Amino acid sequence: MNITAQTAKELRLTEEEFELIKQKLGRTPNFNELCAFSAMWSEHCSYKNSIKWLKTLPRSGGRMLVAAGEENAGLMDMGNGFGVVFKIESHNHPSAIEPFQGAATGVGGIQRDIFTMGARPIASLNSLRFGNIKDKKTQRLLSGVVHGIGHYGNCFGVPTVGGEVYFEECYHTNPLVNAMSVGIMQANKMISATATGKGNPVFFVGSATGKDGIGGASFASANITAESAEDLPAVQVGDPFQEKKLLEACLEVIETGAVVGMQDMGAAGIICSTAEMSAKGKAGMHIDLDKVPTRQKNMKAWELLLSESQERMLIVVEKGKEESVLKVFEKWDLPCSEIGHVTDDGLLKFYMHGELEAEIPAYELVLGGGAPQYSREYSTPKYFDKINNWKQDDVDDIKENELKNIVEQIIQIPNIASKRWVTVQYDSMVGAANTSTNAPSDAAIILAKGTGKALAVTTDCNSRYVFADPQKGAMIAVAEAARNIVCSGAEPIGVTNCLNFGNPYDPEVYYQFVKAVTGMGEACKKFNTPVTGGNVSFYNQNPDGPVYPTPTIGMVGVLDDIENKMTLDFKEAGNVIILIGKQQNDIGSSEYVHKIKNIEYSSAPYFDLDEEYKVQQFVSSVIKEKIIQSAHDISEGGLMITLLEKGFNRNLGFAVNADTSGIRKDAFWFGEAQSRIVVTLKKDQVASFKSLVSKTGISFTELGKVTSGEIKINGESWGSIIDWKEKYDTAIEKLL
Amino acid sequence: MKYGVVVFPGSNCDRDMQDALQNDLGKEVVMLWHKDKDIRMFTTNDCIVLPGGFSYGDYLRCGAIARFSPMMQSVIDFANKGGKVLGVCNGFQILCESHLLPGALLQNANQQFICKNVFIKNDTSTALKIPIAHGEGRYYADEVTLNDLEKNNQIIFHYCDETGKIDMTANPNGAVRNIAGIRNKEGNVFGMMPHPERATSKALNNIDGLKVFQLLELN
Repeated sequence: MNITAQTAKELRLTEEEFELIKQKLGRTPNFNELCAFSAMWSEHCSYKNSIKWLKTLPRSGGRMLVAAGEENAGLMDMGNGFGVVFKIESHNHPSAIEPFQGAATGVGGIQRDIFTMGARPIASLNSLRFGNIKDKKTQRLLSGVVHGIGHYGNCFGVPTVGGEVYFEECYHTNPLVNAMSVGIMQANKMISATATGKGNPVFFVGSATGKDGIGGASFASANITAESAEDLPAVQVGDPFQEKKLLEACLEVIETGAVVGMQDMGAAGIICSTAEMSAKGKAGMHIDLDKVPTRQKNMKAWELLLSESQERMLIVVEKGKEESVLKVFEKWDLPCSEIGHVTDDGLLKFYMHGELEAEIPAYELVLGGGAPQYSREYSTPKYFDKINNWKQDDVDDIKENELKNIVEQIIQIPNIASKRWVTVQYDSMVGAANTSTNAPSDAAIILAKGTGKALAVTTDCNSRYVFADPQKGAMIAVAEAARNIVCSGAEPIGVTNCLNFGNPYDPEVYYQFVKAVTGMGEACKKFNTPVTGGNVSFYNQNPDGPVYPTPTIGMVGVLDDIENKMTLDFKEAGNVIILIGKQQNDIGSSEYVHKIKNIEYSSAPYFDLDEEYKVQQFVSSVIKEKIIQSAHDISEGGLMITLLEKGFNRNLGFAVNADTSGIRKDAFWFGEAQSRIVVTLKKDQVASFKSLVSKTGISFTELGKVTSGEIKINGESWGSIIDWKEKYDTAIEKLL
Repeated sequence: MKYGVVVFPGSNCDRDMQDALQNDLGKEVVMLWHKDKDIRMFTTNDCIVLPGGFSYGDYLRCGAIARFSPMMQSVIDFANKGGKVLGVCNGFQILCESHLLPGALLQNANQQFICKNVFIKNDTSTALKIPIAHGEGRYYADEVTLNDLEKNNQIIFHYCDETGKIDMTANPNGAVRNIAGIRNKEGNVFGMMPHPERATSKALNNIDGLKVFQLLELN
């Protein structure tokens, strides 16, 4: 086969990249080698269009125990000798084509990233975005994705404890499926994804290799078009039972002390794991591809290198200790084959039937090595004109007598209504550690059994804010995540991010990316939550355009003492309701403006990073002082929705008199200005609260009182909270 | 009373059960591997628990493969000699597949996996809040069997509402006659879909699971 620039182009490599490969090898690559470069230099594996900006994020310090991007997932110190391992990753493109398997294998892939380091996953989250829920295609995607996540996660046995689901037209063709996993381990027992020690055997463990998922990494690095359905073999197939066995066996095998390094096979399968482990250990590998167990006959070398068959691990074992490793995998009935050994020449050499099929310096394939890094052009998006020209004053405020009716509409907007149709399909309680089932809080609080501590976990991103103002919007995403953790009584410690954007070669999309990363970095510095790693997903775009820029934040916090956990719900009638933070005359980018007033372009909501930080510090202190009974932040839907949500858990209502002087009524109730938290206090706590808050300069408003069930606004009865809850709970179910 | 918890490949509530029994009920627990057979350390006063999860991936049919595991042969013998056996969720499915309990667990009426708190009760108790998490939890048996179960007081738990009322609106999965759990005629083998081991700790704000173990006299 004659390898030319055209061959490279068909493998989604540019002509310049082809020249670079030739230069690095000192010859023209053969087809196997070119395939290896195609996968490893794909956006998905190489971060070639994003790494320049990712490096500007705070990626060290705080409680970080490994530098960002060094290992399969981030590892942070949670105290008492334990570490928390976490990461979020996208599986958008496969889910768009085959929602069930796409989502299922997304969940499987992220779990492997956690346990390959030696941690036991204890919580999963997911952030999902779909088009209009009334659309049949969206309903099929939603149902398939949710079923897929449940199918994999429920069987694997890690509780799905949180996440988000949004519905916006821009995700119609390109749904987003971001999966996060959080695990715990003894901090000094981490297994690195490295290959060292000349002559050490390399083992291949888990499922046999088939032709599924071939080219998945480069498939994820292209726009979705009508032809994408023909890429179906690029979607992987998952087996959660196999992964559950792999988890238990891997954790057991680590205990033998025989493991030198371990990495799961995710994107770009064997080529990626061998290249990354070798490059990291400054070593090479000699691999006999015919020793890889296959589930199909006559697989070619390039197919074996690129297959993304699931539930597979590559393990480098200390020579002489093979027996103890084999014993564990035999116990778990997992196929385990020695497929090669570590060398010291830095070269990956793949053989088949004695023939050398590919020979590549490992370093040249990987990020931080030979993989190209690009500076892309960017320019201010033209649609910003529409946002800048939008005037809030052109929108009519609501009349007092319209309020109730609009609340009824807002509470049933799918972005706001209960997601129980989704969450009930996930096992959220396996592990018997999810404390938020019976006592809900803004972030899920999970007992980290055996460590004496609990973890607070959340995913957040309101992409419409990011669309309106990428820098501010990304800051808000970080701030909201931190706020959720603080409102739950925990201390935010670190971030993993999943950056979902359109085509990076479009300067306006790239502008969104650059500004979002900039904003994210600023906010992460402020909250002392370094970014431990994550994933970039470009090309979430179709002929109609890109999705909203969606930099999903996964954040983890530590709760040293479970007694300090704070919950979000009203506790008893008579408690005083206080709003911490300032009411703003602002309706920009709210659900109200977008869905009720049908305005696509409006400014991002009010946000001030320093003010946000101050409010969080204050709320954190009053939780520790034990002078509040509940805390719930104001997010989508505004103050009114926050109050209703606080009432649902115990069927308690509220009586609130609104002083809307100097502010629009709609802004008062539905505005989404940031840095506002609604708390409740016992009557006898109010005095000490007021004395504390007055020292900070933070605004607060006494809104009213918790009632035994009736909702009363400005003296008018709105009926029982139970009827409002019914509307909130069933809105999504009624649409499906 | 000593407990044995069987670990099948794919069990995922085994550790939760161990944790609940050891730390919340203060019991001695021995973990039993599915490939082993030896349970001579147990007397018929002890209890073997088949935990929840997806034994053998639930391939073929839930619990269908687990039934043939070496350990299950010993557990079946143990049960036939009068030893106490409790199956929760997948464990209940395995007990039905092993014919230690009558009937079968079918796919939920709404054809979806369901995880949430539900309420269950027996004849003497008030409503207990216990989580369920299953895709195939709809208990089914023929009319003759059902009548026998009722006649012999073999229905250990019904699904009910918060106030203890047993009706279809409180039935999460379409189980026939709201059956959440049953025992055998001899009264030594128990199976139930809800997970009492997920409700035994104050840290989780629910200790109704402790009452389940009390009611079954397995505490």
